[in-house]
Amino acid sequence: MGRAKIPRKSTNIDMTAMCDVAFLLLSFFILATKFKPAEALTVVTPSSVSSKVAPDKNVIMVTIDHDGKVYFSVSDANATEKKEILEAIATSKNITLTDAEKKNFYANPSSYIGVPFTGLKHYLDLGPDQLKNLALPGIPAQDSTNNELTDWVRAAVTVSAGGGFNGGHMNILVKGDDAAKYPAFQGAIIAFKKNDQLKFQLVTSPVAPPPGSELDKLQQKTGNKSSEQ
Amino acid sequence: MAEMDTSSGGGHKGKPGVKKAKKLSTRVDLTPMVDLGFLLITFFIFTTTMSQPTAMKLNLPKDVDKPDEQNKLKESAALTVMPSKNNMVYYYEGLDPSKLQSSSFSKNAIRDVILDKKRRTDPKDFMVIIKPTKDATYKNTVNILDEMKIDDVKRYALVDITPDEYKFIAATEQANGIK
Repeated sequence: MGRAKIPRKSTNIDMTAMCDVAFLLLSFFILATKFKPAEALTVVTPSSVSSKVAPDKNVIMVTIDHDGKVYFSVSDANATEKKEILEAIATSKNITLTDAEKKNFYANPSSYIGVPFTGLKHYLDLGPDQLKNLALPGIPAQDSTNNELTDWVRAAVTVSAGGGFNGGHMNILVKGDDAAKYPAFQGAIIAFKKNDQLKFQLVTSPVAPPPGSELDKLQQKTGNKSSEQ
Repeated sequence: MAEMDTSSGGGHKGKPGVKKAKKLSTRVDLTPMVDLGFLLITFFIFTTTMSQPTAMKLNLPKDVDKPDEQNKLKESAALTVMPSKNNMVYYYEGLDPSKLQSSSFSKNAIRDVILDKKRRTDPKDFMVIIKPTKDATYKNTVNILDEMKIDDVKRYALVDITPDEYKFIAATEQANGIK
């Protein structure tokens, strides 16, 4: 009769707002993500405490796979330099390459050289589809007497000195596999040294410094800033 | 969480005889959509941060032929570390490779050696010489270079191994039964 009714409140929550936020974030991350291009060479990089992000422009990269085979590549953003390097090699080694063969190298993303000079022409005849699942011998670079990588680095240095790579800002990157043996890396070092390229960078995957170590203490003292020179 | 159809008004009675048209709710259950949204968000968050490789700088010393142009190194302040097969590291202090000792990459083993030597030496002179053997992997080499950074060693160099040192390592490996 005169009893006051307690209004029943619904337990439903309006999901629309939450849904809006979720999809806003989703669209942000989709747009912000840059996917790694499918790499033709699978390399498991070692980890380091370095926190500097590897450059992706103006890069010449020496890749060492798990068998110690050496490959040479140029970043995709530098197609002109890619072409010039290949032409420099073709001229100095007396290899006549057709335009189509050159294009196979410089116009294809993430193309790389993985053969000695003697097999270069035949290698460049193949398209990217044929190159998949093809075992390559790698560039000979194990010792100082027959180090063809030296010539590739020299070609890149010449192109860089001629104003390529955005006015000579060439970065040398070495990307090695965990299981590769040291002589392959040593061969790459010899190739750089012979061209007076004494500064290069090793591609690694990041890890945090071990707690309690000198670097850890140093970073905490300086307010967690990395001690990059 | 699921939405209930509350529009039919189950609580109070309608007038008898009057037929009510059944009202369908216009509300859609958004829960699965939100679920999916957040699932995708987590996926994209993880893939963005993971695919960023870092680079470690390495500067090489210039090869000089004349001995007086070379960097001078105090014998007492030098520590030579040589990563080798089976993730072992051999090291010796000073310039006498016959005083070879073994360590490994397992937790803190080589780190303690380096830190111990660092504590005992004048920081101005202290230098670590890295000489990977031909059996060392690239990972070992990068790890030892990384160790320099972790232990805050200012002076270090990557140098080729001498046949003499290699002989001592081979002898030690044989004695320890490492093939």
